[in-house]
Amino acid sequence: MIDPLSLLLDVQNLSVSFRRYQRGLAQTNLNVISDLSLTARAGEILAVAGASGSGKSLLAHAILGLLPANAMLSGVMRYDGQPLNAVRQKQLCGSEIALIPQSVTYLDPLMRVGDQARGAEKSAERMERQREVFRRLELPLPSERLYPFQLSGGMARRVLFSTAIISDARLIIADEPTPGMHLSQAMEALSILRELADAGKAVILITHDVDLALNVADQIAVFYAGTTLEETPAADFAAGPDALRHPYSRALWRALPQNGFEPIPGFQPYPEALPDGCLFGPRCELKTAACEQETPPMRTVRGGKVRCVHAA
Amino acid sequence: MTSLQTLRRLGGRSGKQLLRVATLLLATTVVAFALVSLSPVDPVQQYVLGVGNVSMEQRAAIADYWGLNDPPVQRYFLWLSALLRGDMGTSLLYRQPVAVIIRERFLNTLALMMTSWLLSGLIGFTLGCVMGLRRGRWLDRVLRALCLMLSSVPTFWLGLVFLLIFSVALGWFPIGLSRPIGVANADVTFGQRLHHLALPALTLSFISFASVALHTRQKLIDVLESDYVLFARARGENTWTIMKRHGFRNVILPALTLQFASFSELFGGSVLAENVFSYPGLGAAVSAAGLNSDVPLLLGVTIFSTLFVFSGNLIADILYGVIDPRIREERPHGQSNRD
Repeated sequence: MIDPLSLLLDVQNLSVSFRRYQRGLAQTNLNVISDLSLTARAGEILAVAGASGSGKSLLAHAILGLLPANAMLSGVMRYDGQPLNAVRQKQLCGSEIALIPQSVTYLDPLMRVGDQARGAEKSAERMERQREVFRRLELPLPSERLYPFQLSGGMARRVLFSTAIISDARLIIADEPTPGMHLSQAMEALSILRELADAGKAVILITHDVDLALNVADQIAVFYAGTTLEETPAADFAAGPDALRHPYSRALWRALPQNGFEPIPGFQPYPEALPDGCLFGPRCELKTAACEQETPPMRTVRGGKVRCVHAA
Repeated sequence: MTSLQTLRRLGGRSGKQLLRVATLLLATTVVAFALVSLSPVDPVQQYVLGVGNVSMEQRAAIADYWGLNDPPVQRYFLWLSALLRGDMGTSLLYRQPVAVIIRERFLNTLALMMTSWLLSGLIGFTLGCVMGLRRGRWLDRVLRALCLMLSSVPTFWLGLVFLLIFSVALGWFPIGLSRPIGVANADVTFGQRLHHLALPALTLSFISFASVALHTRQKLIDVLESDYVLFARARGENTWTIMKRHGFRNVILPALTLQFASFSELFGGSVLAENVFSYPGLGAAVSAAGLNSDVPLLLGVTIFSTLFVFSGNLIADILYGVIDPRIREERPHGQSNRD
């Protein structure tokens, strides 16, 4: 069962919306994340899996306090038992909480990568640490003198990973670290995350590739239209539809190539047109009148959490 | 990559640039000469103006002596070969060799242009950074409106306004010239020169600093919205650290290029500014040459200014290669880069 001591990040009912001005002063709110809950524990990889455009990157930005000024945030985020507010985000980001970004565009094109890996902190220890991490990631020493455009894709990826390892952060958020990679490269990247988790870090792996994530993740949070529909041990996902709790998770399982490759009709709702009640309702085969009444609360069912009135 | 490769690359580059400037100059001489030949300017008339009564026979003799009756192409090659020997002719207006006038005048103009160039670069870059950092706030809006206004104001008008305010009304600066009247050349102090230079230089700097500021602002906004700045913020870097580590580095390059490429505007602006302030520079000389049909001086300055503007662009080009690592350093694994 869940060890309360290892709980590092606890997000409850997080909602993020953007204020938008339409013609004149008419103002609308665009809900990009609604009622999202997830927990990240030390020593574990939590994979946040969902389709493109479901707001996964915004979740990372919300945790790191990087949302633009017109974003409104509600809900509770707690880091290490204490509320994670803007002040603490400023203190913790970079030292306690680290982001591994998606692509080489997150590196300054005009700065040598060694300098970027070390960050703003300048000291002999930091330099030593950077070299040690580069060695560990099999980045040849001269590569610290290179500029991002001189790196191969795999090297750039490892430099991005190195930033998180050098910082020695306890919570690492990897935002889509694998797209565009060969399977072997992707597995290599994920194995670095596994090592970090085994060393006691809490890792949040944001990905659209459930299949790949299953290889390393301990927990899977199924992300849909800006919310988590289910949080389940990865073992349940591997076990199949009967072990899963939410109809969408089951549909996701069946859509995997090795499990029938079956799509379900419909598409993920746009933030402008979210349905009432359960966000998955319009595509759900189990939908009843109760589903449209209100957003189902997160319930604990069979050792996992699910946002569905039908789950048992 | 080895220094040998760098040298070879730079060598190839400068060879290409030499060829480029040679063809550019040749084209300029052809066009300038053709324009002057087609114009109704009569050089003999200009020549005899200062001499007094000259009979028609004497005029014809001068024209014949100068070869004005020869076909234009022949005249062009005569002039070009003299030019290649370093003989730019004698100014009809100043009765001095053109080369001497250009050398003397250009030093004055150079002092003026470089001062205003530095001023506009520094002011423009600083303002651009401030606007970019405060984008959308009131300070940004006010400064941006000011910049847009300044870039639409003609230089000569601005010069006149400055003269009225600072020289006439306040009396802070002299009304014109590059040194005090009635003082021997050797006795003019550096301070006096600077005092005379200040107002024209300020006026001239107003042409380009607004555009430098607006460009810098836009570039800084792009940088601040880039992925790498987002990542820097995710790593807990504050705004000042981000500016130091990423902002200036990425913004200074386009600003420098723009600044060196502005040599042509600088030259054009100096013509107006020097006339307004009666500043004895090349710009004043060229407008005097134009108004008085001083053909040798006009052609000489045309060629010289071509060379000057080309050098500005060339410096921008070279600087880019030196500063920008994406151009300076080749890809690893021996993949060939551009060039």
